[in-house]
Amino acid sequence: MFVIKYRTFFFWLTGLILGVAIAALVFLGLPLSIDFTGGSLVEVEYVGERPDIVGLKEDVSSVPLGEISLRESGDKGVVLRTRTLSPEERDAVISALSQGGESPLTVMRSNSVGPSLGSELATKALYAIMAVTVVIVLYIAWAFRKVSRPVPSWGYGLVVVLMLAIDIIVPAGFFAILAHFTGAQADILFVVALLALLGYCVNDIIVIFDRIREHLKWNIEKELEEPFETTIGRSIDETMGRSINTSLTVVLALLAIYFWGPEVTRNFSLVILVGVVIGTFSSVCRSAPLLVPLAKMFKQKEA
Amino acid sequence: MRIASAIAVLIVGGLVGWFALSTNGPTTSFPVRLGLDLAGGTELIYRADTSSVITDKQGALDSLRDVIERRVNVFGVAEPLVQLERSSAVAGAQEDRLLVELPGVTDVKAAVDSIGQTPLLEFKLGKLVDGEMTFIDTGLTGRYLKNADLQFGAGTGGTLANEPVVVLTFTEEGARIFETLTRENTGETLAIFLDGAPISTPVIREAIPGGIATITGQFTPEEGRDLVQNLNFGALPVPIELVSSNTVGPTLGAGAYQAGLEAAAIGFLLVSLFMILWYRLPGLVSVVALVIYVLATVALIKFIPVTLTASGIAALIISIGMAVDANVLIFERMKEELRNGKDPRDAANIGFGRAWPAIRDGHLTMLISSIILFWLGTSVVKGFALVFGLGVIISLISAVFMSRLLLLAILPEKGSGTWRFLTGSGFRP
Repeated sequence: MFVIKYRTFFFWLTGLILGVAIAALVFLGLPLSIDFTGGSLVEVEYVGERPDIVGLKEDVSSVPLGEISLRESGDKGVVLRTRTLSPEERDAVISALSQGGESPLTVMRSNSVGPSLGSELATKALYAIMAVTVVIVLYIAWAFRKVSRPVPSWGYGLVVVLMLAIDIIVPAGFFAILAHFTGAQADILFVVALLALLGYCVNDIIVIFDRIREHLKWNIEKELEEPFETTIGRSIDETMGRSINTSLTVVLALLAIYFWGPEVTRNFSLVILVGVVIGTFSSVCRSAPLLVPLAKMFKQKEA
Repeated sequence: MRIASAIAVLIVGGLVGWFALSTNGPTTSFPVRLGLDLAGGTELIYRADTSSVITDKQGALDSLRDVIERRVNVFGVAEPLVQLERSSAVAGAQEDRLLVELPGVTDVKAAVDSIGQTPLLEFKLGKLVDGEMTFIDTGLTGRYLKNADLQFGAGTGGTLANEPVVVLTFTEEGARIFETLTRENTGETLAIFLDGAPISTPVIREAIPGGIATITGQFTPEEGRDLVQNLNFGALPVPIELVSSNTVGPTLGAGAYQAGLEAAAIGFLLVSLFMILWYRLPGLVSVVALVIYVLATVALIKFIPVTLTASGIAALIISIGMAVDANVLIFERMKEELRNGKDPRDAANIGFGRAWPAIRDGHLTMLISSIILFWLGTSVVKGFALVFGLGVIISLISAVFMSRLLLLAILPEKGSGTWRFLTGSGFRP
């Protein structure tokens, strides 16, 4: 019953974390990668020692590209970001980076995205997140149709949407802070991470709601009078062990991806990691407790 | 009965595992297909300009794909992939695209040049409007070309002696179009366009049956030979434009694959360790079910086959987490029943039943999410969604079916002290 008793505290804590995340998103911003904006990226690794980055910038500026960004990556590599390059320009850039063959290098990856393709992806990603959310809410409203008192079944859906919004905004805010310090950019994998989180978090909330559903049904069948608060408190306590253990196993798997997985999915696993921790917190300390004030609201309406 | 079915599950699991593990190596017919981000290679996306196609757009696009496929095969790539894509319905303008994947190729420019050599062949009607020649699309394009041949003029019929002549033979359908076109427009100019420029503008003297057209003049024998060669590889039915290219070097790809597998193995080990230490006997059973789960997923990935990408491996690892969750839910329920004084096997049975609604709702919502992702996504998202969706389905089967049968086979009807310990949980007795 601990969580229910101190629910006001948890609501404030949520507000605080959410505030920080939103502030990070608004003031630091989410730097988008060329996946969404269009442009080119070339990453090379030098066979020998990496030439001085300032000198390299000058070498590259021999190719007329407009604004460029050149960053060191790893011990021996550099990453160049520019506007969308043609294959010829790309070859010219690589030759400039190798200083006319003086500093031999291998091209690790190069990526060119036309601007229209990028903006289409951004639209798609946004639609995907919205579509997943809507379908989940509909499904929950349907799955809980048999328990519509004291909270109507779409109320559960509403709580889920609120929680999912938090579960998406907080990791996104975290990424904005991460990006501010490391120069990371939100790419398509970042969106995948958010979508995976949606799936995970809704599952987490469902488990607790399922317990509430079970207790409510039982109470109706046996004609037991139990305060809604008690039902919810019991449900949270009973599912706590499972919630923590599941999060723990997923966190273990994610830590494995973070420490041993490929470079490409490193930020990806970190975003999901933050999301899973927040999501567990969401489902245990916020989702079900939020039903209590909601129930009161509906009771007042009926009275 | 319960023991027999448990053994059956183990045998089937063993067979699936044997399939997944024995089909590795270079000679197998069921290799894991690696995406370009893991294998290294180049991905090119072209925009196909279908604005001039009046009828049968799909046919033109299909023939575009075939032509590029032939051209890519000439380039000598092991397992190229050429496929048509349509920009999603949610995007502003509808676009047709051609996706070309060239595993192992890292020289973008050479690849683009090779594809770029594919000629665009069009036949257009010339009309004089206000003293200026304008050209109108006829729908007759390189798509209807059967083959091209280089001949040398005999000095009769308007050709000079030894002048190179390119003879175009149309397909049956092309021949019909050509005949109608020449019959209806006798006296007009029928221009032959190559890569957007008119290379020959003969006047139609009479209807031409038989489906043969000739292009004369304006090239040397060498140019004629190249043109014939390029036309025989196929001529483009519609113009294309490169909009995106993506190259991953082989070292980066191989490193990512290695690291991905390593992470998957370590992640699985950590999760298994936790499950056995915390849930003891049921934990061990669930680990056996999880092993079968992973092997079944790998077997399906090979069998379908699903192209595995870095995000696909991540999906696999996360879906292991989901599969574990189903087991955790069941065991926690079982524990409650044991605490209420039920015997182990009863407790297991009730535990499975009680956990089912939550498992069902959770898995269904995840399945729905992965379907939406697959439907809306681009290749990276699809790679994730497909593996994730497969994982969710197999997880459902594994937790509800395999763990259950195995556990029921092991647990006795009446539980004594040792069984109580084995089916308990936590790090202390």
